[in-house]
Amino acid sequence: MVMLEQKSSHPLDAYMRTDRLPHIWCPGCGIGIALQQFLWAVKELHEEGKLDPNRIMFATGIGCTGRASGFVKFDSAHTPHGRAIPFAVGVKLANPSLIPVVFSGDGDIASIGGNHMMHAARRNFDMLVIMVNNMTYGLTGGQLAPTTPYSVYSTTTPSGNPEHPIDATKVVYSISPNFVARMSITHPNIIRETVKKALMMKGFRWIEVLSTCPEIFGRHINMKDPYELYSRLKKVVKFKKITSANDIKYDWDNEITCGVFTEKNDPSYMESYLSMYSLKEKLEALSP
Amino acid sequence: MKAEFLNSNQAVAEGAMAAGLGVYVGYPITPSSDMFEYLSDELPKKGGVVFQAEDEIASINALVGASLAGAKAMTATSGPGFSLMMEGIGFAAMVEAPLMIVDVMRAGPSTGIATQIGQGDIFQARWGSHGVYNLVAYAPASAQEAYDYAVRSFNAAYTVRTPVVLMTDAVLAHTRERVMLRDRSELEIVGRKKPNVPPDQYRPYRPDPDDLVPPMAIYGEGYHPIAESLSHDERGYYKTDDEIYRALVSRLVRKVTVNKRKLVSSRSYYADDAEILFVAIGSMSRNLLALVRDLRARGIKAGMFRPISLWPFDDESFVAAAARAKRIVTVELSQGQLYEIIKGILWDNRDKVANPTVYNLDMPLPTLPTPDEVLGEIESRGWKLW
Repeated sequence: MVMLEQKSSHPLDAYMRTDRLPHIWCPGCGIGIALQQFLWAVKELHEEGKLDPNRIMFATGIGCTGRASGFVKFDSAHTPHGRAIPFAVGVKLANPSLIPVVFSGDGDIASIGGNHMMHAARRNFDMLVIMVNNMTYGLTGGQLAPTTPYSVYSTTTPSGNPEHPIDATKVVYSISPNFVARMSITHPNIIRETVKKALMMKGFRWIEVLSTCPEIFGRHINMKDPYELYSRLKKVVKFKKITSANDIKYDWDNEITCGVFTEKNDPSYMESYLSMYSLKEKLEALSP
Repeated sequence: MKAEFLNSNQAVAEGAMAAGLGVYVGYPITPSSDMFEYLSDELPKKGGVVFQAEDEIASINALVGASLAGAKAMTATSGPGFSLMMEGIGFAAMVEAPLMIVDVMRAGPSTGIATQIGQGDIFQARWGSHGVYNLVAYAPASAQEAYDYAVRSFNAAYTVRTPVVLMTDAVLAHTRERVMLRDRSELEIVGRKKPNVPPDQYRPYRPDPDDLVPPMAIYGEGYHPIAESLSHDERGYYKTDDEIYRALVSRLVRKVTVNKRKLVSSRSYYADDAEILFVAIGSMSRNLLALVRDLRARGIKAGMFRPISLWPFDDESFVAAAARAKRIVTVELSQGQLYEIIKGILWDNRDKVANPTVYNLDMPLPTLPTPDEVLGEIESRGWKLW
């Protein structure tokens, strides 16, 4: 058998633990698109001389999205379910020069980790959170998520979902940290630009990325063809400028509002704490 | 060295700072909150950071992050908060994050009595998180010991890379005593074992063969360690293979037993010729020692064994203290957790002891009984101990 010469086959290989490929994500899954756009953003900032990837601390929780920490070549952590945000808080407290990035799913961040999400946003705590929302618990087989649309089937709501979903981005927007955006894997290039902007900012930065899970969520709502589910998501994604929380819609049948909703430069938690408590050395080390 | 008049909450804080505390994360809970308040004033003056989390789940997970990012990290809590931390303790054990949890024991279960003493968390400290792991726990019995064992807890945490639980109680927490604070040069301080290979050869979970503890790279050094809560191989890669899982969790347990001599601690009182040996920890042991002295004054050959390391237990010293005992009495403000530990050790060492009878003086009270009240409890049970 002829062995092909092994060589770098993708421009993002430098940011991946390529020996762990193939990854676990199903064909048609949107998580890879979200992760790839994050890595492109890091690569571009790195090449522009604005970001040292060795400063990134990449934390995830549990779920399909949570597995990303195993595939990326950063300082990383695959924490217990829901705990990536408090883990990232500890990292930043210990070493203010590090840049914590939390990359996890909707169940992980908006359900079991919902309290941490709210309080990190309230503190304007120095981290970037990317919540990939596939509207289901995919890794465990399609149970009801806090983001699952009203009335649809899940394995734990076999006669339909009697609950209304939480719009995590609207919740975070109402708390008013420095950066709040919702993106969609149907529009990948905008994800990259948004991540690039958010990575260079201070304080709490929130990006929800709407994603597709044809294998579980799609199959359960009779859209198991990835293209069909992708097209369905694309139909309801509406990029808009908004003026109040009420303009942000999370309605699977009509509109899921996307865009950059908040962008400001208020003092971050670390900035405030280190200034108030005269921790000058740490304040000088603080990045971004 | 200088003398201060401190309660044990303050003494623990001083000891932790002497050991190089960098990050304290807390959530208010009686009877531990004044340690949090004390450190909120004192730690930033020494260059450290204090953070109030939204709950104890956040506290413990933040500590794991802080530890892996290079800071000596601790929290203090009490029963209800300690219960919430069980998930994170398992995480810390799995990713081998050295850190300290101070459990100021109060009366439980549940909310119990917030301001009153309990001693019912001994098993929880060791077995509270699910699965197979190990850790270290100490129970001091004075403000001085609280100080000394705060230092020693951090040393133990870095010696074996596990969470360490420092178990005080509500009475100790608020009993002021003279404490000798030592200068840094007078203290033995153990830090992390650093990697001795370049980043491309570093395996975050490859142990040194002698102590079974992997050298610890921290975040930001270019080693890209993975803190993996799933079962993992030496690289930190998720594996479900029987042998890899077994090798991992066996090592998590064995690294504590292999290093046991560096970790164990206890004190024996009047044990050389003791025919009746009491066993107690913390505040309870102080009142019991008074009772032992009363009994000695009456000519009764009483003694006391006080474990300081609860996990791992100093069983060799206990067996030595119990060698001549005919009766052993565990005295606890719980259903009898020391009692269960002692029975197991005696069975394992039945060839070295004189077949003593073990009595479980379980006194689940929310207040510390006086020596006379302990005596009254023994008499009321009709036990013929002397």
